Amino acid sequence: MSSAAPTAPTSRRAAAVASAPDDDVVAIPLRHPWRWVVATVLGLSLVWLIYSMWTNPNISHQTVTKYLFNPRIVNGVLLSILITVIAMLVSTVLGVFLAIMRLAHNPVMNFFAWLYVWVFRGTPLLIQIVFWGYLGLLYQQITLGVPFTDFTVFSVDTNTLVPAFTAGLLALTLNQAAYSAEIIRGGMLSVDPGQTEAAASLGMSPAYTLFKVILPQATRVIIPPMGNETISMLKQTSLLSVIAVLEVYTVATQISSQNLRQVELLLVVSCWYLFLTSVLSVPQYYLERHFGRGNGAAQAPTPLGRLAALLRRAGVLKARPAVVRPTEGGQP
Amino acid sequence: MNALTVTEPVLDAVQTGALVQARNVRKSYGHVEVLKGITLSVKQGEVMCLLGPSGSGKSTFLRCINHLESIDGGRIIVDEELVGYAQRHGRIYEMNAREVSRQRSGIGMVFQRFNLFPHMTALENIMAAPVGVKKVERNAAKTRALELLDRVGLSHVAQHYPAQLSGGQQQRVAIARALAMEPQLLLFDEPTSALDPELVGDVLEVMRQLAADGMTMIVVTHEIGFARSVADTVVFMDGGVVVEAGPPAEVLDDPQNPRTVAFLNSVM
Repeated sequence: MSSAAPTAPTSRRAAAVASAPDDDVVAIPLRHPWRWVVATVLGLSLVWLIYSMWTNPNISHQTVTKYLFNPRIVNGVLLSILITVIAMLVSTVLGVFLAIMRLAHNPVMNFFAWLYVWVFRGTPLLIQIVFWGYLGLLYQQITLGVPFTDFTVFSVDTNTLVPAFTAGLLALTLNQAAYSAEIIRGGMLSVDPGQTEAAASLGMSPAYTLFKVILPQATRVIIPPMGNETISMLKQTSLLSVIAVLEVYTVATQISSQNLRQVELLLVVSCWYLFLTSVLSVPQYYLERHFGRGNGAAQAPTPLGRLAALLRRAGVLKARPAVVRPTEGGQP
Repeated sequence: MNALTVTEPVLDAVQTGALVQARNVRKSYGHVEVLKGITLSVKQGEVMCLLGPSGSGKSTFLRCINHLESIDGGRIIVDEELVGYAQRHGRIYEMNAREVSRQRSGIGMVFQRFNLFPHMTALENIMAAPVGVKKVERNAAKTRALELLDRVGLSHVAQHYPAQLSGGQQQRVAIARALAMEPQLLLFDEPTSALDPELVGDVLEVMRQLAADGMTMIVVTHEIGFARSVADTVVFMDGGVVVEAGPPAEVLDDPQNPRTVAFLNSVM
């Protein structure tokens, strides 16, 4: 133990040994030389890659910077974000219903949900997008009325009702709903069956149990994969270029077909996608925090909270007045 | 289910004045018959302890009383109503979800593994059912929940999540949660079996207090001491049948059946 201390200790270690009680282990930390070797090799490779890109005469850096904030590109970015947000919101709602149907006792609902997932997960997204884009070829008119009779409420041209934007949105939403349904179903299955029993024993209806007991707990499990899906969705919006929706990738290809700067515009688009996917991890963090409440010990402060605390300590921010908490569990 | 006969009226319970009456209750899982005809009754205000080795069917029987499990034969009557079935025009119908929920709201249950809702604080756990099921106004429900927390000695943890509470505290919150629905009957499914030994006492004390206040309770337990001092009736079950039943002084101190004797010797 401490008697095994090195024969020629450094002064600090000697002090540590001197101040430590006799039975404390005072060990020399394990060295990790290979970590340094690997870090050096990888670091040098990265530097070389960046250097070769930077000095490559075939890449015009002015073009990249020129188009990065080009209004057409920015509008394309905004459209990609809009499509991502709408598609994720609607598909999540659809996914919840599909998951509920999959877990329901009703065999018809069960089968329908299974069929939906089977079709939309079993065919390529690209084909689904083209299919919705060509809907006008399949049904020239979309009519609301009583089937098999002449009675109609209204009738419109398919291409008016479903322009490329709507078709793209529809394709992404319906496809995503199939994946989300499976993620949500998995989340619901992960909740302890004892929770359903406890809710039942309190007289809660199945629907109330689902929305107040099961789904809030399932959400904690659902959020990380759904964050993944959101990032995928953002990138998948680029597939809508096949039906000429003016999202950022479509715009970039249009520009590069005129100025023949394909690589530069791909870099522009990649920068935007990287930026947006980085930003997307922020709401995920806060959602995970919110739905993780009650799980384990008190939660660590958020990065913003830590920053605020740091600034307060440095005297930049005013100190927060002491919070007077009502004694927990006290009478109201 | 189809073993229920239509002709017999459900009046025996009224005549005997029992709150719970089980008659010839049978239940199978596949080919294994876990309840082979249980007949017993519990009067208003009575505390009944169900004892027996694991696998004897005690917990299954308890879960049949609030229809968490459906029975395959016989009948259970709580407060003059068939459990899980409705009688209309001399016929017996299987209840729909809403009717089952209404029936269950009058029967509280406390589980071995507490089953508190982990995403709600202790206070919210207790308020959830009164607000969501009985549509009690939030502030009134909160006041009542705080009273109940005080009753189980846990006012100071109202804002804590279940994960921040000890097992004994969680179980006492679970009892308060069941009481919040003002049930006329409380079922306890091995309420102290998942607790560290030093935490068992607090939970038993709360149950003792409930019994003293006149609550009708059916308790599946291994706590012989509790059964002896609190129970009005002790029922010993083994292999899906009631082997012996009676006051604790008889069943625990002067058991007649050799299976009861063997079980009591093994746990005491």
